[in-house]
Amino acid sequence: MKKTAFLGEKRGLDRIEALPIIIVYIVIVVVFMITAPATFLKYRIYQSFMSTVPVPLILGLGLTLVVAAGEIDLSFPSIIAFSGFIYAALYKITGQTWIPLIAALAGGAVAGFVNGLLVAVVGIPSIIATLGAQFLWSGLTVILSGGLAWNIRDIREETIHSLFVGRIGGVLPAQVLWATAIAVVLWFILNRHRFGEHILFIGDNAEVARVTGVNVRGTKIMLFTLMGALAGFAAVLLTLEMATFWTTQGGGMLLITMAAVFIGGTSIFGGEGTIVGTYVGSFIVGSLEAGIVATGLGGFWTRFIVGLVLILAVALHILLGRGRDLSEIRFLQFAFKKRSQGESS
Amino acid sequence: MSKNYKHVLRMEKLRKSFGKVEALRGIDFQVGANEVVGLIGDNGAGKSTMVKIMTGVFAPTNGAMYIRDEKVDFRHYNVRKAHRWKIETVFQESSLGEKQPLWRNFFIGRQVTKPLGFINIRKEKQLAQHIMLELIGFRGAGITVDSRVSKLSGGERQGIAIGRAMYFDADLIILDEPTVALSLKEVQKVLNFTRKIKESGRACVYISHTISHVYQVADRFVIIDRGTIVADFLKSEISLEQLDAFMLKYSTGKAGSST
Repeated sequence: MKKTAFLGEKRGLDRIEALPIIIVYIVIVVVFMITAPATFLKYRIYQSFMSTVPVPLILGLGLTLVVAAGEIDLSFPSIIAFSGFIYAALYKITGQTWIPLIAALAGGAVAGFVNGLLVAVVGIPSIIATLGAQFLWSGLTVILSGGLAWNIRDIREETIHSLFVGRIGGVLPAQVLWATAIAVVLWFILNRHRFGEHILFIGDNAEVARVTGVNVRGTKIMLFTLMGALAGFAAVLLTLEMATFWTTQGGGMLLITMAAVFIGGTSIFGGEGTIVGTYVGSFIVGSLEAGIVATGLGGFWTRFIVGLVLILAVALHILLGRGRDLSEIRFLQFAFKKRSQGESS
Repeated sequence: MSKNYKHVLRMEKLRKSFGKVEALRGIDFQVGANEVVGLIGDNGAGKSTMVKIMTGVFAPTNGAMYIRDEKVDFRHYNVRKAHRWKIETVFQESSLGEKQPLWRNFFIGRQVTKPLGFINIRKEKQLAQHIMLELIGFRGAGITVDSRVSKLSGGERQGIAIGRAMYFDADLIILDEPTVALSLKEVQKVLNFTRKIKESGRACVYISHTISHVYQVADRFVIIDRGTIVADFLKSEISLEQLDAFMLKYSTGKAGSST
């Protein structure tokens, strides 16, 4: 066998990350094209997805890293409210557009940093620490805002609005480009950077990470801080898009973000995570509601079908993932002929 | 390989307590530059505590340690420092990330990086291949540098960890119960990997409570019981049967029960 063969580089379809879930997404879209052609054969619906999906998508990208490290974050919906409030309030008070952005990002990062301290230094399990933080930051936001919604209608006239949530060429929502750029950067961080490798090893086995010289505490603190900053950014996008802050603006984000991450194929057990999967998973979750309504089933069906897709997708990942890769599934083996011959022993 | 030091590692009157429990009660222990020392003792005798002090996982309560005849300052000694000082450990529980590919496991904690901390994957994979083929003579059907650790047998995992230690040019490789829960065939693999350590001029501390395994590879046997070193034999001084009998007598005599 040649050296390159020993290196065992993946070939063919196997190279495509999260391929099964990409196929699932294509199937879903095709089904909706058939059941609701009036909606799904027009650009408008996709434009709408590209404006609404980025907020949960950015959250999901951060959460993917957190879950890959074997942790969880339940507090980001409250950061959506907290950082959104910081942005809206500072804009209203100062009339500035960029300083509030920095403050909102910093607010999210601080909230994340606190989570990191609670988890990595104090040693509180992340599910409890971030549950507490969820109440804390959303409570603080309600206190500070007086429980009111803050309208910032004038922001629509500002450069920052068109830069982050404008329609490029009148058709392409800018936020989808921002979310995609973040996805690309985080993909490289997770798969190609030291920080990402440390995350994977911590999620795989924190003791192994520790004895091999990984700074487990520091990495976790950085990870939660990053998650907080991403939530802060998502909060700004949402506040700009709606030109309003309201106290419950992160409500409902928790479950759909988690659903997107797990539909995408990131394992709750830690040690692995897929950015591409989360990207596609977020669009699946975002498309289902519109598709179901457009099909004529009625909004009552949405939750039921999201649940169904989540369960089926995770089942699919488990069936595919038990010590196998795609090439080990019988009905796909035609695509890997070269590889399986090369490796037969 | 000629070394300009007598002992790669030496411990003097080392003590370690965890709260009220004294795990080590004054350990005097040394390892020569190209010596394989078998460290033998029952579960809970203090072997793992010794290892964790050697490798910088934690510091002793008091006492001194010398690496290559130089005194260690425990305030500045940690896992990274131990690596830099060429002390490597293969832990009892695998020190590998199960779900990660082999190539990542070789370099975790000290990646070959490009600017900004990005990993040079091509380089790491090439080096990983070199370690597997050249350094440890790894032969596993269908195993490549991209294989996940979970695909390997127990003996192969220890081999990978030993290869990692040799690649980083360790002067001392510590094997902590490397043959626990392995089949006979797998044990032989690990013992062969251990012989490679000796052949390459390095030192090794081989920790085990399975005397028949240690006996095959060690030059000297140090026996520890309840935090104290109770005996020290050269291989030429004692046969496997005598060593076995000694251990049996020791544990029955002391603990009053044999298991």
